[in-house]
Amino acid sequence: MASPSFSQSRAFPILLGASTFIGAFVALEVLLRYGVVNKYVVPLPSQVLMSLERIVVEENIVGRMRDTAWEMFVSCIAVIVLGVPMGALLYRWQPLRRALLDWVAALAAAPLVLAFPLFLVIFGRSATTVIVMSVITGLAPIVIKTTEGLLGVRSVLINVGRSLKMTDAQMLRMILLPAALPVIFSGIRLSWTFVLISVVGIEFLINLGGLGQLINDLAERYDLPGTYGAIGFVILVSVIFFMLLERVESWLRPAR
Amino acid sequence: MAATGQVKDLTATMGWARGGRSSLRSTNLIRIGLLLGMGIGWEALSRSGLLFRDVVPSLFSIWAAIWKLVMNPAFYANLQVTAWEIFASLAIGGGLGVAVGIILGANRFLGAAYEPYVYYLAPTPRIIFFPVMIMWFGVGVASKIALGALSCFFTVALSTAGGMREIDKVLIRVGRSFRATPWQMAMKIYLPAMRVPVLNGIRLGFGTATVTALLAETKLSNQGLGFMIMQIYSRFDMPSLYGLLIIVFILAGVGNLILGKATGTSA
Repeated sequence: MASPSFSQSRAFPILLGASTFIGAFVALEVLLRYGVVNKYVVPLPSQVLMSLERIVVEENIVGRMRDTAWEMFVSCIAVIVLGVPMGALLYRWQPLRRALLDWVAALAAAPLVLAFPLFLVIFGRSATTVIVMSVITGLAPIVIKTTEGLLGVRSVLINVGRSLKMTDAQMLRMILLPAALPVIFSGIRLSWTFVLISVVGIEFLINLGGLGQLINDLAERYDLPGTYGAIGFVILVSVIFFMLLERVESWLRPAR
Repeated sequence: MAATGQVKDLTATMGWARGGRSSLRSTNLIRIGLLLGMGIGWEALSRSGLLFRDVVPSLFSIWAAIWKLVMNPAFYANLQVTAWEIFASLAIGGGLGVAVGIILGANRFLGAAYEPYVYYLAPTPRIIFFPVMIMWFGVGVASKIALGALSCFFTVALSTAGGMREIDKVLIRVGRSFRATPWQMAMKIYLPAMRVPVLNGIRLGFGTATVTALLAETKLSNQGLGFMIMQIYSRFDMPSLYGLLIIVFILAGVGNLILGKATGTSA
């Protein structure tokens, strides 16, 4: 039942957003059917929806997702394995931190992904190229955030460690890393988002592997509904991945 | 930050920041040492024959290639095309981003309705929209501009919306108490107060627009620095490939630095 307070409730803007989204698709469908928008440039939204089943059945979406997921998994693990110790190293040696942190920040902003032809020469057109490029792209945020997180650990906690005569390794393992975890995880979230963008983007650019190649394949076949459907599918996967990371981050946040 | 300072003091005493008396001089020495070490290591690897010839070319040949590139008029023609694509992307995507950001940031209801879509679409890989942009705008410069604009739109919109919400309420109340018109409110209160987040968004947008436009050029193009990279790659001219990538990284860094200075935040 619509009540005066409904328009002020939290659900109302969400419903409005969703209905605008759906309304835009319906309007596009009508415009396309009446020939206002060219069907050879934009497919009917209904055709795009129907193409999703075809993509899943005929285009080996499970296998492609497995390829992308594998590249993602290896890259995501690698950025943690490399990035967290690097961040800890920069935290531990102040001169090194002063010398390198600006460079790492500059790396985060550099268009590193553009170096993919270089890695094509070195590693060939293979998953290794995708993984190495993605690790390089995703490394900087986790290094920066690990250093930032460790520097932000409360002195009380460090004092406790000192009073217990902990060694450096114990201090890192039992005090510093757990206390810095929320900040480190926000670095992991950023890094993994970079990795996802890089993996799918390079798959698309070099026409290899999973979901990125699927879009390229369908576009080269001029399968318009399929191309739009595959793009929508990749967006959906990205959004779900990003939401999951956010959920984990917010779960870790109160522990600080 | 005070907390950071405390930790720094503490870590200096407990061995977690050995060499805490490091100065600018030692920082520069470390940097020069690292650069020299990397350079010598690279050159040694290049001459060792451990890797395929040309995969790790000599630094001298890379330097020669850089010199040859910057002396080549074709480089400047391609640079001009890429610079135009990035500028147009930033103008279109950034302009739309600022407008949408102001609307979403100013109106809590519209923000709650539409900002989640902007927020969750922002981290998706934009290059996958390239086939769509080709269908809409053709294979020329327009499709790269459109993709670059799409890339930077989200960053600028989110940054502007965030900046809009951060405006000190006192400033807004002062404007209202003076019975400022909406135009006066925008020009005298909102825009000056939002300068930093908007410029920050534009700076981030510049980065994403640059990467996306260049990547689009590598995929399908007949001009621009991305196209030049792929041409060099197809000739297997590794020193030139390294050289051009170094030039592109430097140019992107300089652009970022200039925008960073304008924002008042370093790179």
